[in-house]
Amino acid sequence: MQREMTGAEMVVQAMIDHGVDKLFGYPGGAVLPIYDEIFQQSEVQHILVRHEQGAGHAAEGYARSTGKPGVCLVTSGPGATNAVTPLTDALMDSIPMVCISGQVATHLIGNDAFQECDTVGITRPCTKHNWLVKRIEDLPRILHEAFYVATTGRPGPVVVDIPKDIQLARGVYTGPQNIVHKTYQPKVKGDLDHIRAAVDLMTTAKRPIFYTGGGVINSGPQASQLLRELVKLTGFPVTSTLMGLGAFPASHPNWLGMLGMHGTYEANLAMHGCDVMVCVGARFDDRITGRIDAFAPTAKIIHIDIDPSSVNKTVQCDIPIIGDVAHVLEDMIRLWKAAAVTPDKKAEKAWWDQIQAWRGKDCLAYKTRPDVIMPQQAIEALYNATHDKDVYITTEVGQHQMWAAQFFKFEDPNRWMTSGGLGTMGYGLPAAVGVQVAHPDSLVIDIAGDASVLMTIQEMSTAVQHDLPIKIFILNNQYMGMVRQWQQLLHGNRLSHSYNESLPDFVKMAEAYGCVGIQATRPDELDDAIAEMISVKKPVLFDCRVANLANCFPMIPSGRAHNEILLSADVDDVEAEALENAIDSTGAALV
Amino acid sequence: MLMKPIQPARDPDPVERHTLSIIVDNEPGVLARVIGLFSGRGYNIDTLTVSETEHERQVSRITIVTTGTPMVIDQIKHQLERLVPVHRVADLTVEGEAIERELALVKVAGRGEARVEALRLAQAFDASTVDATLESFIFELTGSTVEIDRFIGLMSEIGLVEVSRTGIAAISRGAKGM
Repeated sequence: MQREMTGAEMVVQAMIDHGVDKLFGYPGGAVLPIYDEIFQQSEVQHILVRHEQGAGHAAEGYARSTGKPGVCLVTSGPGATNAVTPLTDALMDSIPMVCISGQVATHLIGNDAFQECDTVGITRPCTKHNWLVKRIEDLPRILHEAFYVATTGRPGPVVVDIPKDIQLARGVYTGPQNIVHKTYQPKVKGDLDHIRAAVDLMTTAKRPIFYTGGGVINSGPQASQLLRELVKLTGFPVTSTLMGLGAFPASHPNWLGMLGMHGTYEANLAMHGCDVMVCVGARFDDRITGRIDAFAPTAKIIHIDIDPSSVNKTVQCDIPIIGDVAHVLEDMIRLWKAAAVTPDKKAEKAWWDQIQAWRGKDCLAYKTRPDVIMPQQAIEALYNATHDKDVYITTEVGQHQMWAAQFFKFEDPNRWMTSGGLGTMGYGLPAAVGVQVAHPDSLVIDIAGDASVLMTIQEMSTAVQHDLPIKIFILNNQYMGMVRQWQQLLHGNRLSHSYNESLPDFVKMAEAYGCVGIQATRPDELDDAIAEMISVKKPVLFDCRVANLANCFPMIPSGRAHNEILLSADVDDVEAEALENAIDSTGAALV
Repeated sequence: MLMKPIQPARDPDPVERHTLSIIVDNEPGVLARVIGLFSGRGYNIDTLTVSETEHERQVSRITIVTTGTPMVIDQIKHQLERLVPVHRVADLTVEGEAIERELALVKVAGRGEARVEALRLAQAFDASTVDATLESFIFELTGSTVEIDRFIGLMSEIGLVEVSRTGIAAISRGAKGM
């Protein structure tokens, strides 16, 4: 398809050609021509946010819950700088996102013009790639490349910075047929020799484990199916990172729960004690490995990753397999079947007996109280009331996020949206907006904290404007709970500025936005209040008052090994002194 | 049995010096991407040279000498390969002994015996004299980094004023290209 049109028309046309029908944005001087185009068409629906950070996180939520690229549109200068946080967030969590930014006219670039900033310079380290379009002839190619780079290989965010005169200029638009990039050609098929070596190693394993991550989700729903099939064939236990939750069903008997700093006892101990670790689309983040020289000391490691730079970055692996998870798992399944493995029943039983013993610790146990809602209890109540529904969960960052990861059990991929790598407080609310836009009839809940939610609370207004009935379920303990937990662990219980005085009345705040506010303060009113929240067909702010000083366990303190995990039974929540000696000075520096 | 004691930390691997050749698309900002990667991830740049090498194909060659443990050097290569406008990364240090050359312009001032000595040394090093006044010389010297270091060392005894060096340009031996 070839047609003459303006640069602004090309932007809208490229979105249509790449199957994008929703975008999130905020207008301003340098993007007015594009907004004028959006006004004159009906194929692409624009969601007006209240802050560009919200547009970016909403695009992330949209992308994570659909597998399609999320698109956001921001103006020059502050519009672009406000998008830096979601861009970085998307880079860390490998979320496909295309950010179109307006720029001052080409003849003004470099002159400190009004609302000018060096967008490509600022976003260079927080994007997979970015472009400043200086000629209208380049725009169609760059737009197609942008979608291609964002969605292929290891997905990530890209920025296309378009000066205003380029938006107004006319040129010939060519459709996105057969995009071949001259340098960027990601590899999806894994090396068969390496896969064969990996399968050979797996057949000899006595204490195997699958350690899976966000790469399984990014690879598409098929990858999750293949993972289930491979687990069925091998019988190996499975644990996952925060980003990978949902790729493997939490109800499955082989599921050990999440691993890492706040992962389960059984998952972390199994990682520590395994002899063969199959890492599938995860990247050995410091929150996963803990003390690196004590990480899985007896394990042979197989690492499947589409990004060669993730391999041997922090942990040396024995068999690297560079490729897309679904492609590699498909080959693994084929080779495993061909190998006709006779299982070592004795070793298998010993390993599962050991895992059962670890499970016996019941590491997520907590004490309920008659008068106060425990945060874990709130998540469990939410889970019980919603798990049989078509539900999507987003979170902010902190204790509530870890409790959500521990207690909300996911069965399917793309249902769980959280800021893992960057740890962005304020992610969950706008992400829920994006998820609800993509799934208008589903139940979308942001499990939030009282501190995080205030960082992007203005997006409630977006939800109201666009009839998005998102539910913001705030675990309100009046603290930045995770900050406080660390202060208890590391800083002698001196709770420096981690207490939120003068929190708003969330119920009145909801009403002010035109939403519904619900509050629960006692355990016996929790279930009814949650049922009410679900039944309301409007955005809801749910102020769930929880025990103020509850802490999040299990916990592997920074700089410690997996087998040095702290359980809540070891530490009394209220007696902070017991926590104080849990981290030494080297760990303190790691945080 | 499963709770093996923690092994003591391994001795850190020795630091190695590697010369990397990076073929990139000559697009705006490509050098910033490469050096931003080094600064952002805390890698070292000992020397850096960059120039367009094939005008028609709009391709440039960046030569970087860097130091790090073998694991870090591998990371650097993979991170560079991940940049969208990078065509190829070659580690000339592992691909066999490469040709490495630097060019230096060395300004020396002095009179009398010092001046004669400077000229004599320049001849011994095969440096050419590109500028001369009654009290100064500018020598141009091409050679290995070690040679140039030695030349500058000697000149600083005599009356070194300033030095401008290009950094290393490198190419692999034999018929094969990148």
